[in-house]
Amino acid sequence: MAKPRLAFFSFASCEGCQLQFLNLEDEILDIVPHVDIVEFREAIDNHSDNYDVAFVEGSITRPADETKLRHIRDNAKVLIAFGACATTGGVNRLKNFLAPERQEKTSTVQNPQSAPSQAQIIEYVDRARKIVYGDQWNLPVFDSYPTRAVGDVVKVNYKLEGCPASKKEILELVKALLQGRAPRFARYPVCVDCKLAENVCLFHKGQFCLGVVTRAGCDQPCPSFGNRCIGCRGLVDDPNKNAAWDILTEFGLKPEDILREFRLFQAYAEEAQTMKI
Amino acid sequence: MTNDGMTEFGETYPMSTVNIHVHEVTRVEGHGDIVLNVKDGTIEELKWAVTEAPRFFEALFRGRHWTDASLLASRICGICAVAHASTSVRATEEAFGLTLSDQDFAFRTLNYHGEMLESHVLHLMFLVAPDAFSAPSVLTVAASHPEAVKMALRLKKMGNLISDAVCGRKLHPIGMIPGGFTALPSPKKMREVKAYVDARESDIKMMVDIVASVVPLFPEYLVAFERETEFISLTHPDEFALYRGDIKSTDTQKVTDHRQYKDIIKERIVPYSTSKWTSSQRSSYAVGSLARLNNNFDQLNAEGKAVAAAVGFKPVIHKPFFNNVAQLIETVHCYYEAKRLIDRLLDTGWKHEMPQVKPRAGRGVGVCEAPRGLLIHDYTYDDNGILLEANCIVPTTENHGSIEDDFRGLVPQIINKPQPEIAHALEMLVRTYDPCISCSVHAIKVRFV
Repeated sequence: MAKPRLAFFSFASCEGCQLQFLNLEDEILDIVPHVDIVEFREAIDNHSDNYDVAFVEGSITRPADETKLRHIRDNAKVLIAFGACATTGGVNRLKNFLAPERQEKTSTVQNPQSAPSQAQIIEYVDRARKIVYGDQWNLPVFDSYPTRAVGDVVKVNYKLEGCPASKKEILELVKALLQGRAPRFARYPVCVDCKLAENVCLFHKGQFCLGVVTRAGCDQPCPSFGNRCIGCRGLVDDPNKNAAWDILTEFGLKPEDILREFRLFQAYAEEAQTMKI
Repeated sequence: MTNDGMTEFGETYPMSTVNIHVHEVTRVEGHGDIVLNVKDGTIEELKWAVTEAPRFFEALFRGRHWTDASLLASRICGICAVAHASTSVRATEEAFGLTLSDQDFAFRTLNYHGEMLESHVLHLMFLVAPDAFSAPSVLTVAASHPEAVKMALRLKKMGNLISDAVCGRKLHPIGMIPGGFTALPSPKKMREVKAYVDARESDIKMMVDIVASVVPLFPEYLVAFERETEFISLTHPDEFALYRGDIKSTDTQKVTDHRQYKDIIKERIVPYSTSKWTSSQRSSYAVGSLARLNNNFDQLNAEGKAVAAAVGFKPVIHKPFFNNVAQLIETVHCYYEAKRLIDRLLDTGWKHEMPQVKPRAGRGVGVCEAPRGLLIHDYTYDDNGILLEANCIVPTTENHGSIEDDFRGLVPQIINKPQPEIAHALEMLVRTYDPCISCSVHAIKVRFV
């Protein structure tokens, strides 16, 4: 079998997921002989349109990104949405929720009570441009439309969830590709692994946590280090969001706090509900 | 033709016509283009265009709770996530009036050294070194020099191990919260880190030998290229400033309180760049390892100074290529600082206490030295600990102007060289700055149009 040709691309992101691939310090020299890495701007000079597998990192936020992404889709046999920015829009999606302050210096910014309409989202994105670039916000170079996940634009074959993507899942995916099989990823919430790790539940410590509805597979690094799950891997299939909402309310959180908590990484789900993306 | 100084736009060089557009410079973090257009010997266009998609972080911070600030901040940049998270918690700590225990300060500093080591090794060994061998990537170098690449991977891993242990995960940090940490490593974990770090001393020596030996393999005109400029970095009376301090300029020799950064750093918009640009005393200033050494050389530890002496580094140096050499010196400095901190912590022991945070309305300014230079997060909170405003100034933003000014200085000196060589020289010059473009937008592609 010919070696699979891998290409890495990045759109709006911190490029941490590409780094996460390079962070496989113990494994990378064993992977390299089995693949041809033909494009990886962060680490190599080569450019190529001839590849089998495209790892696409980042969110789509500009018309030019969309054109480039469609070109990648046309070239790749397998397209992988690589990390939260690509699978869900990640934190980039927060700009779609940037409602204006109701009055000067209040805390209500970015907390519309329900998911915004498409027209509102466009208004909110312009607001983000004005906040950052002031009166020159409308220069063509700052062009930006509402954040979209890679799968909102083209067909995605596999997703590597998380911010950052998990090294363990990157290895599983590469192995699966080499073996010609589908990768095996967890399909249950973070809570399950957290219990197996014998962590004291953060709710019992008076903190709140999105582990109840978030897809596992990350080895729960956040709760294991005493901090809450922020839902970076997106919602598990068929999440019990109502139960999560009830628990969060029980712990004294107001709806706006709960929405804010979900929206850090899971705003995509709200948008999907109201806009049938 | 030769030229021995600064050159203005529009100057004429006999016979040369060059059209260069390096689209997306490789081996840098983020997207940037180099555009050079010379017609009949006149530079018509020469620019460093940052094309990274803007992500509007300063807007995204608005309305977020204080517990989200550092989590969101680290997502600005995967390469220097610890720097962004640290700077963010420092801003919040200042706003809420929180101080750190000596023990937690030691862990914050150790965490910081972990990232500095990982980032410098990544840049020098993975991104810059291939140029010395005219190789397209470290993977090609791995075939010809396997032991060197394995060494680099071990050192990179060391940086990750340190920060993973201290803050839960280097990419992206979990455990740093205002006032301290959500958890601290077990003594067993720290002893494992110590064993790995202690075993790397010969790797550090090997890296010094390799980097010092490859410098002569770069074009002499690039290594020797000199342009007098202003360097800005933190400075602190008690230490080689990385995690804390106030702001010092080589031009004025003045130290400015970190909260007054706007007095000396001016941001502006450049119509071909999604990143803002900054300036201070001149059209541009430089930040990063070279700036830190130019300002604070005397505060390096003995091992850092020994390497500086061995490679002949004497501040103030105005040669941009020497940022690579400065990173090497800092790698050694940080390695020994980290090693001693680990020993000290294991010697004294530590006890985790969950910080008690009471938000209050007000402003806080966190300033740290990210691996690439001065990093500022400026937050304003309301009484409930909700962010009303955020301003971030990141090192690559600060270096864009300096990169472009260097282009203007270097291009006239190399204008009669073959076009691919000019393009490659400009790319290598960009890489010297170790730009981290998704941070700054917010850059690398070379476009000879």
